[in-house]
Amino acid sequence: MKPRTLADVMAQALAMEREAIQRYNALADVMEVHHNRDVEALFRSMAKIEAKHAAQIMAEMGWTDSSDEARPRSSPFGDDGPESVPEDAVHYLMWPWHALQLALSAEQRAEAFFAGLAVTAPSQAVRDAAIRLRDEEREHVALITAWIVKTPQPGSDWADDPDPPRYTD
Amino acid sequence: MTSEFALSLNQIKDVALSRRSTCGIADPGVTVDAAAPRPPRPEHVPPPATPESLSIALAGSGGSGVMTAGTMLLEAAAKAGFYGLMVRTSGPQIRGGEAAALIRLGPRPIDGLDDAFDLLIAFDWESLPRFADEIPMRSSGLIVGDSGAGDPPAVFVAGGARFAGVELKKTAKSIAGSWINMVALGLAGSLAGLPATALAAALRDSWKRSDAGLQSNLLALQAGIDAAATLDFAPRLAAPAPTSEARWLISGNEAAGYGAIRGGVRFVAAYPITPATELLEWMAPALAKVGGSLLQAEDELASINMAIGASYGGVPALTATAGPGLALMTEAIGLAVSAEVPVVVVDVMRGGPSTGIPAKSEQSDLSFAVSGLPGDAPRLVLAPTSIADCLATTQWAVQLAEALQAPAIVLSDQFMGQSRAVIDRPRDTGFVAERLTAAADTPDYQRYLDTPSGISPMAIPGTPGVAYTADGLEHTQTGTPSSQARDHTLQLDKRERKLARHDYGPWWADVEGDADAAVITFGSVTGTVREAIARAAGHGVALRLVALRLLAPLLGRELDAALAGVSRVIVVEQNHGAQLFRWLRAMHDLPGRPASFHRPGPLPLRPGELMEALLDWHRTAGPAAPAPGADVGTAAAKEYA
Amino acid sequence: MNDTCTAAAVRTHADYKSKTKPVWCPGCGDFTVLGAITRALAALELPPHEVAVVSGIGCSSRIPAYTTCYGFHGVHGRALAAGTGLKVARPELTVLVSGGDGDGYSIGGNHFMHACRRNVDLTYIVMDNHVYGMTKGQASPTTEPDWDNKLSPGGTGIRSFHPLVIALASGANFVARAFSGDTSGTARIIAEAIRHPGFSFVEVLSPCVTFRPEQRGWKEQVHQAVVDPTDDAARAARRIMTDDGFNIGVLYAGTRTPYPLKRAAMRSQPAALEAQFACGEVSS
Repeated sequence: MKPRTLADVMAQALAMEREAIQRYNALADVMEVHHNRDVEALFRSMAKIEAKHAAQIMAEMGWTDSSDEARPRSSPFGDDGPESVPEDAVHYLMWPWHALQLALSAEQRAEAFFAGLAVTAPSQAVRDAAIRLRDEEREHVALITAWIVKTPQPGSDWADDPDPPRYTD
Repeated sequence: MTSEFALSLNQIKDVALSRRSTCGIADPGVTVDAAAPRPPRPEHVPPPATPESLSIALAGSGGSGVMTAGTMLLEAAAKAGFYGLMVRTSGPQIRGGEAAALIRLGPRPIDGLDDAFDLLIAFDWESLPRFADEIPMRSSGLIVGDSGAGDPPAVFVAGGARFAGVELKKTAKSIAGSWINMVALGLAGSLAGLPATALAAALRDSWKRSDAGLQSNLLALQAGIDAAATLDFAPRLAAPAPTSEARWLISGNEAAGYGAIRGGVRFVAAYPITPATELLEWMAPALAKVGGSLLQAEDELASINMAIGASYGGVPALTATAGPGLALMTEAIGLAVSAEVPVVVVDVMRGGPSTGIPAKSEQSDLSFAVSGLPGDAPRLVLAPTSIADCLATTQWAVQLAEALQAPAIVLSDQFMGQSRAVIDRPRDTGFVAERLTAAADTPDYQRYLDTPSGISPMAIPGTPGVAYTADGLEHTQTGTPSSQARDHTLQLDKRERKLARHDYGPWWADVEGDADAAVITFGSVTGTVREAIARAAGHGVALRLVALRLLAPLLGRELDAALAGVSRVIVVEQNHGAQLFRWLRAMHDLPGRPASFHRPGPLPLRPGELMEALLDWHRTAGPAAPAPGADVGTAAAKEYA
Repeated sequence: MNDTCTAAAVRTHADYKSKTKPVWCPGCGDFTVLGAITRALAALELPPHEVAVVSGIGCSSRIPAYTTCYGFHGVHGRALAAGTGLKVARPELTVLVSGGDGDGYSIGGNHFMHACRRNVDLTYIVMDNHVYGMTKGQASPTTEPDWDNKLSPGGTGIRSFHPLVIALASGANFVARAFSGDTSGTARIIAEAIRHPGFSFVEVLSPCVTFRPEQRGWKEQVHQAVVDPTDDAARAARRIMTDDGFNIGVLYAGTRTPYPLKRAAMRSQPAALEAQFACGEVSS
């Protein structure tokens, strides 16, 4: 559904943020169940960050939870939003470094998405909004890249588990 | 063809007239069995204590229409105001094999066969040897056969019964378009004292072919009636008192099916198996009529799971099977226990184990029904005591399963399931399915909530706000799978408590009499036990009857009350392993030193032999009998001199 | 959860996901299948309390509790039977039957065949990972013959089961294959399957990251089917016999009449059944 107005673009950005929040929380839950506390905490932080972005968009546009624009989108078959980490990309022994790599890719995709939107925008208002959002995502990319530099890198044996898989049912 | 039926003449002599039984004071570990072959002693056949019942057998083979004639004879008797019972027996062929209709008529309700037959009409002799065990003749009995076919097999007249020849085949041939079985029907009915109008009416009512054929067969019927007048046989049936009470002619399978529908069943999953198939077939159109549905399954694993799925959806559901099918259903019955989903499984018991003897009756699935599930899995087990009781007890099973959200196994058997009887129109007991369900949007709904009764409201799919996942895995009160000790204990207690604490009312057993010696039994054997007790009373021995309908959970307190004042009990059942005897002793302390009378199928227990066994037991297990635990040596096996 | 208060609002896939956290391994394909199912249900605007998810035993059979729909977690291999009974008794419900390849094609094989034949309006979603995950990694019917495992060292040596062939031959009215790595595609196929009358079968390739980590490579092997779905069973049969097991899309969408489900039926009282037993007296 191609955005035609500024509101369209912002609504789409908001939806992307919201999907990313849900996804980060879902991934955090998965990590919680598998007792990977560090990565759980990191995904929850990412969820909070995305929530801040979402709140910013709402504030900027003067939307509330009951606004039409803030309602969930009615295109349920959409692929994962560009900003969402794919569900199958995780591992129970993954390190925070891995998680940040995934978050980085997500932000890069988001940046590319808005960059593409800017190119095909049907109006100046839309183009301006897309460019602004692209730049914001670019900032996020930079922030995460810096974060990664400070994060310990896993060794080649990060996925080693001496215990074999157990069966339960 | 099974070899056990290829009996030599000597074996027939030994086995056929064996009415002997042994019963002893059963030691733990010593199984007392009954009816090993004994030499025949016809002069000790006790005279029937109920002369007003008449037992007639029709036997033939090769498409002679024995079953049709038998059914019509029973219908004619009903029209004449009699009660009656018809048991069918046959060879393994699908059609054209040996067949016999065993009928007992009388002015009072009949729940079992007598010791011997007064009248046997044999269309031919080839079919008869198979039935030697099942058609013992009274010494005062009459065998009628085709006069052109020679003498009856020796075994049938060895006890003193007379033979008279009638031109059955010739008569039928002489009336164009008529059948030999209609000649036999006229003959048998008239000898039994049934009025010609009743016989003709039975023929007319069930005639489905051409009118010309009907006329021919009415003539054949009359020819049979005329032939009866030439025979020396005094029908001993007293004319029944006229009644305005409605009566039904029904089989146990049909009665169970109707009982289920009365109770509220509206979904049946079906996989055919002898001797349960007719129950399922009867239900197909019956359910459609009342707005339910029947689904044929690919196997018993499917049928039980379909029934459970339907019940999970809120619709009372049932399936019917026999021993081998019940074995396949075991895992899913356990699922119904764990997930607390109501379901009724009718097991029409047959000879076991394994494929066993499919077309014969036995009471040998009891152990499996009451304890044959993995894990600690409380479930309901009920057993109707007669063909008529198949209706009420199945109806009750539906009510209990729904109220207690648990599976209920109904132990019927081939004898009741496939036999037809004239019964009083059953009054409606009022047992109906009433499931405790969850209201929409119940806050903090927990499907498996621990309650004092053990019963927790069940959310029915379609109800908003209370969706849950039913689970065979052990679970928390919410239904989330759990391996925690406290959850397991809580749920185990809950599931046991809901059955144990329920008030089952008076239907759990029939308790009759107040003697200090009691006979405990269940199922189809009850009718024979009652008759044996009545005969024993004629010999001055009073016995109390406890016929159990509810076998699991076993109601200890109620059993104690039923046995108040009883110092000794004997448990009577039709199986090799004394299953009820062992179950009762495992679950409860019975008074005195409990005895067991048990014999496997395929032959029914008979009232005369049972009476003698009870008298013998009563005599030897008197007040001086040792208390349980005392050393009494080996079991005493009695032979009747 | 009170879903009547959101009646005015459109449901999203999140409304179909329960609060119960799945125990699946991180990276399991079943997560995205769950996402696809919830998206399909949201697209079809089905109230969760009018949907039932029926399963057997196995990792993917845990799925009912992860939805806000009614769930039935039954015994191994019998989910189709339970789901069939439920749908016939309650035709107004939408019934999804779900499970893995072991549950569905091995112990459940007989019921699979007959469910296709019977063509009751159900949707059967199998998460196929070519292994028995829950019991520590044995070969399942769809496992390749040469996959080495403890129960069959060196591989079973037995040709693997072809579920789409069996489904088509047995009469399923809708036959499709999806891949868990493609959420939206799978969601679309599942929604179509639910909408399609009769028995709809969707086999979802869903990698097992624990016992078959090499299946992460399925991403590169799957490909969209180049032909449209057909309603001609013979054409579908020719296609499936040369299928490489990684064709994604709807193979067959047929026009068989579904199993007749009673709706508002003509109803008598049970007492109407009694006349057949009456045996009246005849005055002689």
